[in-house]
Amino acid sequence: MDLKLDHRTEDGLTIVEVEGEIDVYTAPRLRELLIDLVNKGNFHLLVNMEKVDFLDSTGLGVLVGGLKRVRAHDGSLELVCTQERILKIFRITGLTKVFGIYASVDEAKEAHGKDK
Amino acid sequence: MATVELTFSALPAHVRTARLVATAIARRTGVEESLLDEVRLAVGEACSRAVEAHRAHCPGEPIRIELRDDSGRFEVTVSDQAPSDETLQEQPLDLGMLSDSFMSGFGIAVIAGLADDVEVFPSPKGMRIRMSWPAAMNGHPSF
Repeated sequence: MDLKLDHRTEDGLTIVEVEGEIDVYTAPRLRELLIDLVNKGNFHLLVNMEKVDFLDSTGLGVLVGGLKRVRAHDGSLELVCTQERILKIFRITGLTKVFGIYASVDEAKEAHGKDK
Repeated sequence: MATVELTFSALPAHVRTARLVATAIARRTGVEESLLDEVRLAVGEACSRAVEAHRAHCPGEPIRIELRDDSGRFEVTVSDQAPSDETLQEQPLDLGMLSDSFMSGFGIAVIAGLADDVEVFPSPKGMRIRMSWPAAMNGHPSF
């Protein structure tokens, strides 16, 4: 399956919907989207990974790159993910300590609201 | 011992094909369904690393994968021809030191976390990553 990307803004949070496989072939498209969003002033990003079938270290690199870019503007990049096979990669690499990971978009929005 | 060998050009698009082939053969060899995601990710990581290394050093050379059914083990070896000096990442995480290129080193760390048995053989002539998982002795090793 290829990669489908979409985004919308709700309550000051830019939600990036990702569907499909994030690997060495498709990750550049996600990287371009994140860079474009940051360049347009969207510094609080929430990446919804509930429909991601596959994620490898290339995809992790893109997410880390995005996080660095938003943090340069005092922003945030957090994730929605409950899939064990995806969470396992974050655990193996220690990135669960770097990203906020939520069980749903609503949960992330609530946490984001409290942080304001 | 039955073996499938695959060579492919160092193009990112081919990594998905390699993952699919490895997963299909793992299933046929009798690797448990619960381990197939690990096989798919580990083989993908090894192939992605090899593709990036070839694109940097020798884009015209092919990458080689061997998939073996060997006495109750499913064994995958990914070989590239790019000089390598990578080592496993063992330092604590610091976001400031992470870059997209640094993250490429995570590939081997991910493989080490996924495969039941991993050996990495770096050399000036290329890197060889051998990994294996248990497979049912009564699997379907008729490649």
